[in-house]
Amino acid sequence: MRKPLVRAATALALAVAPAVAVDAQLAGEPFIHDPSTVTYSDGRWWTFGTRGGGLVSDDGWTWHGGGERPGGGVAPDVIKIGDRFYVAYAVGGGGMNGGHASQVKVMWTRSLDPTSSSFGYHDVGVVAATDGIELADAIDPAFLYAEGRLWLSYGTYFGFIRMVELDPRSGARLPGNRPVDVAIDMEATALLHRDGWYYLLGTHGTCCDGPNSSYNIRAGRSRQPTGPFVDQMGVPLLRGGGKLVVAGRGRVYGPGHFGLIDLGDGVEKFSVHYEADMDRSGRSVLGILPLRWQDGWPVAGENVAPGTYEIQSERAGTALQLAVDPVRIAFDPRRSFVAKPDDPVAPIANQTLDESRATWPAGAIDVDLGDYLIRPQQQWSVTPVEGAGGAMGAPYYRIAVAGTERVLAVAPGNRLQTVPRFTGAPEQLWRIDQLTDGSYRIMPKPAAGARASLALVAIGRSTPALVRFDPASDAGRWTFQRP
Amino acid sequence: MASRLRCGAASFAAAGLLSLTVPVLAQTAGNVTEALPPPTGLAPYLAPVTSGPAKLDADGFVRRWLLLEPLVEPNRTNAGFTPSYVREKLALGRYPGRPDRLPRDGDVAPAPERPRWHALDAVPFDVKLFKLAQGLGKPTYGVIFWAVTVIDSPRDYDGVRLAVGSNSASRWWLNGAEAVGLYGDRRMVMDDVVSAPLRLRRGRNLLRGAVINGPGMSDFCLRFLDSAGQPLRDITVDVR
Repeated sequence: MRKPLVRAATALALAVAPAVAVDAQLAGEPFIHDPSTVTYSDGRWWTFGTRGGGLVSDDGWTWHGGGERPGGGVAPDVIKIGDRFYVAYAVGGGGMNGGHASQVKVMWTRSLDPTSSSFGYHDVGVVAATDGIELADAIDPAFLYAEGRLWLSYGTYFGFIRMVELDPRSGARLPGNRPVDVAIDMEATALLHRDGWYYLLGTHGTCCDGPNSSYNIRAGRSRQPTGPFVDQMGVPLLRGGGKLVVAGRGRVYGPGHFGLIDLGDGVEKFSVHYEADMDRSGRSVLGILPLRWQDGWPVAGENVAPGTYEIQSERAGTALQLAVDPVRIAFDPRRSFVAKPDDPVAPIANQTLDESRATWPAGAIDVDLGDYLIRPQQQWSVTPVEGAGGAMGAPYYRIAVAGTERVLAVAPGNRLQTVPRFTGAPEQLWRIDQLTDGSYRIMPKPAAGARASLALVAIGRSTPALVRFDPASDAGRWTFQRP
Repeated sequence: MASRLRCGAASFAAAGLLSLTVPVLAQTAGNVTEALPPPTGLAPYLAPVTSGPAKLDADGFVRRWLLLEPLVEPNRTNAGFTPSYVREKLALGRYPGRPDRLPRDGDVAPAPERPRWHALDAVPFDVKLFKLAQGLGKPTYGVIFWAVTVIDSPRDYDGVRLAVGSNSASRWWLNGAEAVGLYGDRRMVMDDVVSAPLRLRRGRNLLRGAVINGPGMSDFCLRFLDSAGQPLRDITVDVR
């Protein structure tokens, strides 16, 4: 979905729409460099970048230019505390002809939407500065509000990354607070707090050279917000350490400038900018990826790649399948038991789709869960639907029985079933979000006016249903297994 | 300006006038040429050597060095630091001086810029070359730094490895033989590139290196690891 999307004129067009690439990226015009943390305000998602404006999206999938951020400068960050959106940004610095004398400034507004009556920035002032001689450059600020305290990291490749503490009630620097050096050789840092750990993420490599940029994002962690941060090998970030979080892949190169998007219910995503989207003339674009947590470390997840899968329940280990009569594979079990070791062997074919669907009804077919027996009615083709939109970094998918047009759909009464043909109707579109443990949540595209989001949940060992997702349970977690 | 300086240097060399001082007033920095800022001093990152042989720090980092003021080598980006380019620019044959002789603090090297050697201790674990250049009012971007030190080993050490991190690319030689090279647009990470097993001989071992940088920070860190990957601690370092 890397090319600008064209809305399908007809359902038929959607039905024959090609699959998009595995590294499908956001729709719209997501051109940005140094995006701030994606933030929700007034019913829309906002991010701001270097050189003023930013991007805005209704759904987190399709992004357009928009937003106003006064102050100029580079690489802002945004955090909401109470009814205020604090915005930090840097003026000066960045090296070369800009030198390294810089200031991080903070301002706040009650809305990020310029059309809102609550929109209006109030200047807080300078919260960090460097003089151009010291080995630090006060740019690339990043907020963290944790345990009632507001932290701000800043810095770039020039010397040290530093941490200061701000007053969450005003956004100003706490009186007497002094900067602490927490890392070297990073850019575009970000801060996370999870399970008692503070994580410092930063971008390694070089920016601003399109597909030759070597940007990649790395992390260290500490029990204290002021460090010492070390990577998984124990190498201090003050000595160049950092565990890889994400690197470029596919057609997008050089991810940098991490920003957490915590959607709740165990779904975390993160924003980056890619230095180069090779399908958009190598321009810098916004990217949004799932965030996984593995052994206490953040790592990039991935949207489900187009392909054919068993959709396996984490609750039961059973497979989503058509509720049809199973067809035996012709086999005489006695042959296995009486055969001698040196008897000749020959391959036996898996059951074919035609062999299986001989028993299928023509119309709608219910689904259930069963032990996976490598049968066609248990194998699903999962395909992003071009032009159908998406939700926060993931496109809407079609889930079809492999080799057929029969697709998973929501029937009246929020009942699960399959229907013989894909029409592109909303009830046939699925949102698939990777959860922090690497499994996936599968949700139908919400119907207009729906009050609660439903998800595919194994309410019994053999029974799937569309009910509310419980992040504390395996019942709503699914994995996509090679068939 | 920087490229004009190179032409000038070549002209001086052709005319046999290398002993003349060539003032460096500006440097190539990314896509611009900027005037050199005034010197800022070496503290707090580098300090003159004032004592006898130095022990290694707790993590085994070698912090005592003879550092040569930067030689101008304009590079608008670090993206071109391919192995072949770095091998050419950081060849031992380009070492400005006699490779069999240890320079002394204050010596002037035979190069167009008339660079001086400085005997210095790095205060942190890494040698902040950028600070050396900035502190002395020399070009910080588009430069090559040379570094030399003497490792004094109490015994023959077989199977040790030289572990280096540098910003940007660098090459290192132990007793005249290449030990390790770091290529590409690198940032400094401790133990980034580790050599094949080497032999540190009992007594003096000459360690020499060169670091090249275009725009951005420049520094290096270096230590020896034993066969178990632990830092050597019982060697000493001096610059005499």
